[in-house]
Amino acid sequence: MMNSIILRTATKLLFGLLLIFSVFLFLRGHNEPGGGFIGGLVGATSFALFAIAYGPAKSREILKLDPQVLIGLGILFAAISGIISILLGTPFMTGAWVMPEVGGSVLHLGTPIIFDIGVYLVVVGFTLGVIFSLEEEK
Amino acid sequence: MENHLLLILPILTPLLFAALGMILYKSRTAQRTTAIIGSAAQVAVTVLLFRRIWEEGIIAAQMGNWPAPFGISLVGDTFSGIMVLTVAVTSLAIFIYSLADIDKKREHYGYYPALNLLVMAVNGTLLTGDIFNMFVWFELTLISAFVLLSIGNTRQQLEGTIKYVIINLFSSALFLLAVGLLYGIVGSLNMADVAVKLESYENTGLITTISVLFMVSFGLKAAVFPLFFWLPSSYHTPPVAISAFFAGILTKVAIYVLARYYTLIFVQDVGYTHTILLWIGGLTMVIGVLGAAAQYEFRKILSIHIVSQIGYMIMGIALFTPMALLGTVFFVVNQIFVKMNLFLISGIANRLGGSFELKELGGLYKNYLWLGVLFLISAFSLAGFPPLSGFWAKFTLVYAGLEIQAWVIVGVALGVSLLTLFSMVKIWAFAFWKALPEGHPADTRDYQKRISTRDLILLAAPVVFLALLTVVIGVFPEYLYAVSERAAEQLMGRTEYIETVLQP
Repeated sequence: MMNSIILRTATKLLFGLLLIFSVFLFLRGHNEPGGGFIGGLVGATSFALFAIAYGPAKSREILKLDPQVLIGLGILFAAISGIISILLGTPFMTGAWVMPEVGGSVLHLGTPIIFDIGVYLVVVGFTLGVIFSLEEEK
Repeated sequence: MENHLLLILPILTPLLFAALGMILYKSRTAQRTTAIIGSAAQVAVTVLLFRRIWEEGIIAAQMGNWPAPFGISLVGDTFSGIMVLTVAVTSLAIFIYSLADIDKKREHYGYYPALNLLVMAVNGTLLTGDIFNMFVWFELTLISAFVLLSIGNTRQQLEGTIKYVIINLFSSALFLLAVGLLYGIVGSLNMADVAVKLESYENTGLITTISVLFMVSFGLKAAVFPLFFWLPSSYHTPPVAISAFFAGILTKVAIYVLARYYTLIFVQDVGYTHTILLWIGGLTMVIGVLGAAAQYEFRKILSIHIVSQIGYMIMGIALFTPMALLGTVFFVVNQIFVKMNLFLISGIANRLGGSFELKELGGLYKNYLWLGVLFLISAFSLAGFPPLSGFWAKFTLVYAGLEIQAWVIVGVALGVSLLTLFSMVKIWAFAFWKALPEGHPADTRDYQKRISTRDLILLAAPVVFLALLTVVIGVFPEYLYAVSERAAEQLMGRTEYIETVLQP
């Protein structure tokens, strides 16, 4: 933890910005560079920054869920994306899509998005698990 | 149930229960319960899978519905089916044993999810029909094994872990190199497709080179001579449940892969590759058994013996006849039960006698007759005493060798068997038969009460179960024999495998 007022003030501004940017990167991954992995890394950065500015205990507090639980949830999401294809009678991990029309343009929603949410959660959980335990060791 | 579902379930079930274990990591009871339920479910799905394979022959499914050879195929033939089933049954035994063997701290650090993930990775390796996918499963095995070996952070453990990880990373690097070269020449990594394409490939020298790269890589993982040194220096360091799982299953998975590659893919220059394998097999047997003679630590003797037994399995692959492969399959399955059981027994001996050192143990036969009987069953099965299961395993291998007049390897195999018996008798004489050393703390009544009855039942139940299996396989070998026979047929007649995977 760094006791710096400049960092703390900046963190307040950057925290939300980084989270929004991570969601943007996550969604952008649909057709362009981005996706769950890089989005998850940026998402974890926001909490890591918070941990550096205010201490890991505070950061854990606003994260609500434990990093281990996040990893578990992520794996569950990834598995569910495959199980959906099984329920539809196709082999594991076959992409299943719905394409509703929203406001004149077609929205591509499918199981790969659920998989990517899983990746996002695993990456956030893993990164924060490492960073928190390193910070707490001091 | 659909074939594709049956093939993915052995991989999916442990994954789901690992995720559950992580989500519920705060509650010790929840973790233990989900682990046991998950493992029981695992046995159920693998029984279903094996039944389907037994009824329909080889089954294959294309994951994500991408047609072979472009997507990843999962393939179940009799060999992988019986292996997956064996892994499920033995891992249930390990999970139950762990309830009494693994301390709270290790449980808190995620022991059960890690073990579940290891089971998943092993099943993936056994069921995949894609070479690169197999590489990924190998990596997952390595990572989970790394966690399990180092969990608990004792000094001795970390030393063993570092050796294990470095040597396995090196082996993975070789594997990846070989995969790259293979992809460079045939442009495909689906095993069935590669097998077809290599048939018409003219430069057999290049293929042989690649096959030897694969051989070194899997040889490291299977701990064959001269690449076995990492095994005896890492397997005795973690808690017993973990080392029993490793000892029983991990090296045998590498043998499974060797058997798959050297019957399906690399059969262009059998005279060359399989002769190397035969030498490796013979030397591995001898060196392993001699190494064990010099040891006086319970688990170290058993660890080095793994190496010796690996030699027998390689011998079956190298002889390359249906009878020999039958012997290998029989031997591998039997070995998983027996070796695991011996490790579990060493754990109980340690809890009751207070040590893994043979010189500090003693009097186990007098004080705990049941443990002595259980040890005798497994040890004599390992050495190949009739009517126990190990006898049939060695008998088929020796018979296969005599069939094609491979006198030398048969002689070596028989000689090594005798020496195996020597090591087992050494453990028997030191730990079970001789009196307790003077002034040993285990002599007092309080010491014997140190382990609770509940714990003792949890520790002993898996051991009794595995010993019973050994006896049953020994008295009724025809069932496992029939399974091994079909597995060997499918390995030798590779067209069924290729056609099943590549059918449109």
